[in-house]
Amino acid sequence: MTERKGVVIVGELSDGNPAPITTELLGIGRKLADELGQELSTLFIGSGIGEAANEAIFFGADKVYVIDKPLFKDYLTDSYVGALEKFVKQIEPELLLLGHTSLGRDLAPRLAFRLETGLTQDCVELALEPETKLLQKTKPVYGGNALAIYVCEEGRPQMATIRPKVMEPSTRDTSRKGEVIPFDPELGEAAIRGKVISKAKEEITGIKLEEANVVVCGGRGIGGAEPFQQLEELARMLNGAVGATRPPCDAKWCPAHYQIGLTGKLISPTLYIGIALSGASQHLAGMSGSKTIVAINKDPEANIFGIAHYGVVGEYGKVVPAFIEKCKELISKT
Amino acid sequence: MNMIVCVKEILDPEIPAKSFKVDSEAKRAIKPQDIQLVISDYDESAVEAALKIKDSLESKITVISLGGESAKNIIRRCIAMGGDEGVLLSDPLFIDSDSYATAFVLAQAIKKLGNFDLVLCGRQEGDWDAGQVGSAIAEFLGIPSVTMIGNIEAKDGKAVVERVISDGRETVEIPLPALVTVSSEIGEPRYPSFRRVREASKMEIPTWNAQDVTPTKSRNKMLSLFVPPREVKCEFVTGETPEEVGINLALKLRGVKSI
Repeated sequence: MTERKGVVIVGELSDGNPAPITTELLGIGRKLADELGQELSTLFIGSGIGEAANEAIFFGADKVYVIDKPLFKDYLTDSYVGALEKFVKQIEPELLLLGHTSLGRDLAPRLAFRLETGLTQDCVELALEPETKLLQKTKPVYGGNALAIYVCEEGRPQMATIRPKVMEPSTRDTSRKGEVIPFDPELGEAAIRGKVISKAKEEITGIKLEEANVVVCGGRGIGGAEPFQQLEELARMLNGAVGATRPPCDAKWCPAHYQIGLTGKLISPTLYIGIALSGASQHLAGMSGSKTIVAINKDPEANIFGIAHYGVVGEYGKVVPAFIEKCKELISKT
Repeated sequence: MNMIVCVKEILDPEIPAKSFKVDSEAKRAIKPQDIQLVISDYDESAVEAALKIKDSLESKITVISLGGESAKNIIRRCIAMGGDEGVLLSDPLFIDSDSYATAFVLAQAIKKLGNFDLVLCGRQEGDWDAGQVGSAIAEFLGIPSVTMIGNIEAKDGKAVVERVISDGRETVEIPLPALVTVSSEIGEPRYPSFRRVREASKMEIPTWNAQDVTPTKSRNKMLSLFVPPREVKCEFVTGETPEEVGINLALKLRGVKSI
């Protein structure tokens, strides 16, 4: 039986370059590989991958495997899981890491069960047990109320998906050397059940939530679609974006892509203003990285006050207009 | 269309964070005395997805759950929403199963139920948030799967689904039988009718145990469970009137250079 070794990360591309999640995977991957005294490899799957493979080397990979075939142009569970299965069975890594992204969430579980190994998703911390060198995987549970640490003692490779924007990304160093190796999983089209018919990109006008420096977020207490206009006005004035907790999105008071939380977008703006939201753990999980947190809620017991830096207990309908007016005045004076 | 929906009973995620406590020894949350267990949010979305198909196509919906005796309550609720029958999978040997072991038992139960066209699960459970059981069941059953769907149309041996991805939607077609995991974008789950609640309360819900469906070992081991300490102290901004508070807040934030 060959001894397993190596850390493999599944990279993702954005406009032909390694996506931020890839550099984060390489960051934690490098750390773990060094501790294990093993190699760090990246795998890219797609069609027309180009120069991105070399970039992965500059970001810390010793080897970059590339599966580049038209069959993999669009993500499909069967094709990607099938390709990864063949890859893992040949390369036999000790650790396999992915991002907790649209790709990772679908690919990782199915692959883990195909390989009969243990997976922990949405990890915020990965570390090696000092004696056994087993991968300790920490993830939020109970909607973010608690943290749990898992290990997989028997199945291999040990698998995890990492939460975006949590792990330190690796830095680009063009003096790094490595190998780019093409890989052919030899997957026939007949094995693939299903096809992608179309894609629709959500229309986002203005600043993207994940990139905004200021986020104004509305919750269940906003009460309807119309009051969101006020939040839009406030966000515009502060050069920020508007987000929401799950209830307003489910009630269709605002677009679904406004949702910030465990199952929505993760944000870490310089200023976060939460208006008429209780601060349920699922939401906190999406914004607790914000630098300055301000909350306005009529309930002094609201959970959000547990993590807010500045709080206002009051009716947002009365507080916010006066807040907006004063902000306008102060900003125009600068 | 013959559909099976897998649902889980969990501690209500809406309880205030102050009331949330964990038993670090037992490695699970402590259920407060007066709080009911509820159906996991996304599982309710899965039921709604099945009902949307049933709205336009003659269908049978079987609701299954792995849990304790009280899980029959949520099975009945799902039947009252529009489901047809239910089965509880319960045995001391099933307790503390991880995603692998849970899916293993559920997959056997699905096979035992007979022919099916579609299995629906929530995208992740509201307690452990592992998000794996659906994919695992599909793998054990050897059927295609699509996760995180916000819309589904099924007929003529095919399902056309909309996958919710980070920057929009993807429309995917898969052959049936298949499995989908459902996200809340599917729409607000419908309320049960009073009549159906009464009918569901009288229905026989059989329990299958470890003799009927074989358990297996978990693959992941939980080392610890804890509540991380909170460090931030909130400074409350006040005033004589709500309007004055608004003004003071602006001044405070200007003072700390946040705006």
